[in-house]
Amino acid sequence: MSDLNISNIPARRPFQRRRKVCPFSGEHAPAIDYKDPKLLQRYMSEKGKIVPARITAVSAKKQRELARAIKRSRQMAILPYAVD
Amino acid sequence: MALYEHVFIARPDISPAQVESLTEELRTLVEEKGGKVGKTEYWGLRNLAYRVQKHRKGHYGLIDIDAPADLVSELERRQRLSDDVIRHMTIKVDAHTEEQSAILSKKDDRRRREQRR
Repeated sequence: MSDLNISNIPARRPFQRRRKVCPFSGEHAPAIDYKDPKLLQRYMSEKGKIVPARITAVSAKKQRELARAIKRSRQMAILPYAVD
Repeated sequence: MALYEHVFIARPDISPAQVESLTEELRTLVEEKGGKVGKTEYWGLRNLAYRVQKHRKGHYGLIDIDAPADLVSELERRQRLSDDVIRHMTIKVDAHTEEQSAILSKKDDRRRREQRR
């Protein structure tokens, strides 16, 4: 019987994903504004949904601000509620 | 007094000059009642993201206001009654900027992206 030695198996870490930082924190961060559809659109899916923060790495505080801005933008028909 | 931003969408079949006069009407209303008006903007005839009262396009106007709350409710009341205004929104802001709104500066987008690198 072959004995399986655990120490021989290399640590399985094919790629380490770098921790993304919030795009709205730090200097030169763009201001979140409902009047800026180009910026807001980057945080929306093709369907027009708001992309979750866990994917975009936006901090919780900024995500709330972002969601508010997108909703205001939708109210003023700058951004769509849904794209079909 | 508090700082507000008022954005409205006017019917597409009126002329840009009429939109300017709408903005001026709002300005006189605010100034008569003791408020202050900052920057005003006309964003032009833009495509709407969805149909609003059967319209596909609309003239956008923005006006920065420093006014007491009762003046804002009077302004909102007028906008609701106006036949030319198909949608409007007033929001409270912390500060007014003299710069153009991001919606107007299309070339600015590239510069801003470079700045972030």
